[in-house]
Amino acid sequence: MLQLVIFYIFATIAVVSAILLITRRNAVHSAMFLAATLLSVAGVFLSLRAEFLAGVQVIVYVGGILVLFVFVIMLVPTDRVMFERRYNRQGRIALITAAVLVGELVYAVIQGRDAFVFPEEALEPAVEGNSQWVGTVLYQNYLLPFEIASILLLVAIIGAVVLSKKSKPGGENAVEE
Amino acid sequence: MDFFVDYILEPGVKIGVIVLVLPLLVGYLVLMERKFIAFMQVRLGPMRVGPHGLLQPIADALKLMLKEDIVPRGADRLIFIMAPVVALVPAFIVLSVIPFGPSITVPVPEALAWPPQFVEREVPLFITDLNIGVLFILAVSSIGVLGIILAGWASNSKYPLLGALRSAAQMVSYEVALGFSIIGVLLLAGSLSLVDIVNAQAGDGHWFVLYQPVAFVIFWICGVAETNRAPFDLPEAESELVAGFHTEYSGFRWSLFFLAEYAAMIVVASLMVTLFFGGWLAPFGLTLLPQSLAGIEGAFWFSAKLLFFIYSYIWFRASWPRYRYDQLMSVGWKVLLPIAIANVVLTAILVLFLEG
Repeated sequence: MLQLVIFYIFATIAVVSAILLITRRNAVHSAMFLAATLLSVAGVFLSLRAEFLAGVQVIVYVGGILVLFVFVIMLVPTDRVMFERRYNRQGRIALITAAVLVGELVYAVIQGRDAFVFPEEALEPAVEGNSQWVGTVLYQNYLLPFEIASILLLVAIIGAVVLSKKSKPGGENAVEE
Repeated sequence: MDFFVDYILEPGVKIGVIVLVLPLLVGYLVLMERKFIAFMQVRLGPMRVGPHGLLQPIADALKLMLKEDIVPRGADRLIFIMAPVVALVPAFIVLSVIPFGPSITVPVPEALAWPPQFVEREVPLFITDLNIGVLFILAVSSIGVLGIILAGWASNSKYPLLGALRSAAQMVSYEVALGFSIIGVLLLAGSLSLVDIVNAQAGDGHWFVLYQPVAFVIFWICGVAETNRAPFDLPEAESELVAGFHTEYSGFRWSLFFLAEYAAMIVVASLMVTLFFGGWLAPFGLTLLPQSLAGIEGAFWFSAKLLFFIYSYIWFRASWPRYRYDQLMSVGWKVLLPIAIANVVLTAILVLFLEG
């Protein structure tokens, strides 16, 4: 009962701030609502007794990615952004994507648990030693997908470095202030 | 009734104590800092309010509360008001998992009866023992950076923005090396819970600083940088940036930032004590008080170690000049991070071979 109440509190905050996130014109305000969404998702993880996941959610998304977002947003003058053409004018593509997403969600809700394939061990209740358990599963049972993901990330990092190296100060593609 | 006592009354009292004691402690840390720096520079420091300036923190707090609250006209009002709170709250939340000592026994009235029947109740000297303790601290304290960035942006002024940018870059950079330096300790303790980490050091007084000296030095340096203290106080370098991210803040809002900075200092120092110096454990198995007062003795040792590291912050500030910005970045990424990663790899190999 208590768990359900907590879930609905976090879920409401998450959904409301997600809506506000995409409707605010001020990018920093959007970022704040993104923070609220991410934190309440961490709260939902907590209510499911996935403490490790909740901690990682906050440390990676709020502490890492969101800080970098705000970092970049801050460097852009707000008054100019207000009048810039935005990416929310592509109605047709948005409609198709939204329809696909809603379809998936409806399918998942109708099917319930059967919509997903759970590995056997994942059905154990995660009560004791959450982080040890995640570590064991990640590095023993799912080592290959984990390594593939890390190689993807490595490629992305190298790509970012190459792109930023191009603009040498004073060179041909010098960055204009 | 048990539910009420276990989950509401006991944590509530502890939280109340921390919320009340911390600002007072911070006030006196500021006095301590001013006094010690004054002594190191052959001055007297604050002397006017109370004997030897002992009432100075209270006078300062009153002054800050009575000052006019100014919000710049061009500021983003909502975020300007929110930023100090975002900076302060994580610093307080983090204190909830720090073990200040082992358990003490307190007489508690059994039920709402008259005359009250007292029962002995074991009360641990920490608010909660999470099994993701260290991760929780890293996660929550990383939210504090947001407060600083938001303050710099919402002020709508150049110096705060530059200060906030510096601060964010610095804190994000040093967080990485800080995290890696903790991993060595986690490998030895085999747990993320701070209470388990202290208990793992209990055998014969083998504190982890003996096994992880490199990690300790890295943690110490990164801790100073994370809290924006000298010699890493570039975000508020007064000769270049006026006061950095809080230039436009005044009165009570400014004091919230101040409180957040000092609370973060206390958190980092207590992490240092917990992870490397055995938390509440007495040095060399020294026990001064009988077993029944072990809780109080633990709290004493914890505070003594804590004060030493807080003193070291003051000492650093009086001794070393500020780093240049490019030096700061290259030290963080090119020196501390590789050493920290090498330390993790070495520790992992040693743990595997010696224990496996």
